[in-house]
Amino acid sequence: MIGINEVVKVGIAQMDVAKQPNTIRTSGLGSCVGVVLYDEVKHIAGLVHIMLPDSSLGRMQELNVAKFADTGIKALIDLLKIEGVQTFRLKAKIAGGAQMFQFTSDKDTMRIGPRNVEAVKAELKKNGIPLVAEDTGGNSGRTIEFDPATAKLNIRTVNRGVSEI
Amino acid sequence: MNFHQKITALHLDVLKEIGNIGAAHAATALSDLLNKKIDMRVPKVEMVSFNDMMELVGGSENVVVGIFLRIEGDAEGSMFFVLPIEQANRFIRRLIHDETFDFANFPVSELGLSAMQEMGNILSGSYLSALSDFTGLKIYPTVPGLSVDMFGAIISIGLIELSHISDHVIVINTSILDDEFEDKESVRGHFFLLPDPDSFEAIFKALGVA
Repeated sequence: MIGINEVVKVGIAQMDVAKQPNTIRTSGLGSCVGVVLYDEVKHIAGLVHIMLPDSSLGRMQELNVAKFADTGIKALIDLLKIEGVQTFRLKAKIAGGAQMFQFTSDKDTMRIGPRNVEAVKAELKKNGIPLVAEDTGGNSGRTIEFDPATAKLNIRTVNRGVSEI
Repeated sequence: MNFHQKITALHLDVLKEIGNIGAAHAATALSDLLNKKIDMRVPKVEMVSFNDMMELVGGSENVVVGIFLRIEGDAEGSMFFVLPIEQANRFIRRLIHDETFDFANFPVSELGLSAMQEMGNILSGSYLSALSDFTGLKIYPTVPGLSVDMFGAIISIGLIELSHISDHVIVINTSILDDEFEDKESVRGHFFLLPDPDSFEAIFKALGVA
């Protein structure tokens, strides 16, 4: 965390935390959802790159908590607590959950984007974290970067340009 | 259950052979379609983490043309045909006789998209029918979908099934390339076959290496 304007990069099914003046970023979100939890007073933010809605779907011996909406959001809250953030001050911004390919298949896998978004929202609600802004759905990939100093989430897409929420 | 601990060197060779036969048929089909020589590289079978998977085509943010289909039947999995923009442009320009066509210009022309879609149909069809002939497995591909977007956003749909049980993926990766291009990683097209974890057994059994 030394240096100026470092970008903390978060990979798929991973999470991390960044403090002002650093920013935190994850790239190539398709059906996955990037969840940012931030504290506007302390200028700290955490980001988790979620792949699946529910850890009960997992059939693994070792659970990667950051992969699932339910366990990922909880784990991110815990990580932020270690940084001295109080849960009641946390707010959320989310992006992703696209459906990259449009075709008919009864497989649930094809609807994974919307299901991830629903699961993330339910989990935020359960933890009493207000969802301030979202850019979800559609059929575009997204790269997102959050700046804890301004609490703005920058969203870059290939065919819809750049936006900020 | 930890499916990849049971995979031996012989298994990897068998998977490599699948990649070889499948992609060779697809490369021939592509060569016929474009009436030009297409080179193919020796297939690689690798077990990689999800994040390393993103690096196989220049990082998760790299914009590519991606064809994706699901395989259903005796063996299930996901298949991708991924082309860097530069390579895809050359193929489609040649196919539709339009030198101005560009996947990087949004909105991309309908004619170009439908030519790409058709190319995806033909190539994945020849890859998979070779695979089916070789293994004797009955497999049914879905109609391929097309997307021009970030590689990470495209490939992650193929990781969903696996991600229920693993953070790693066994990827059968064969690259092809227009022989007029200098061979560099950034212009190679890739066939990625990602069998679902439960399907490895069926594949190995069909080939007598279970």
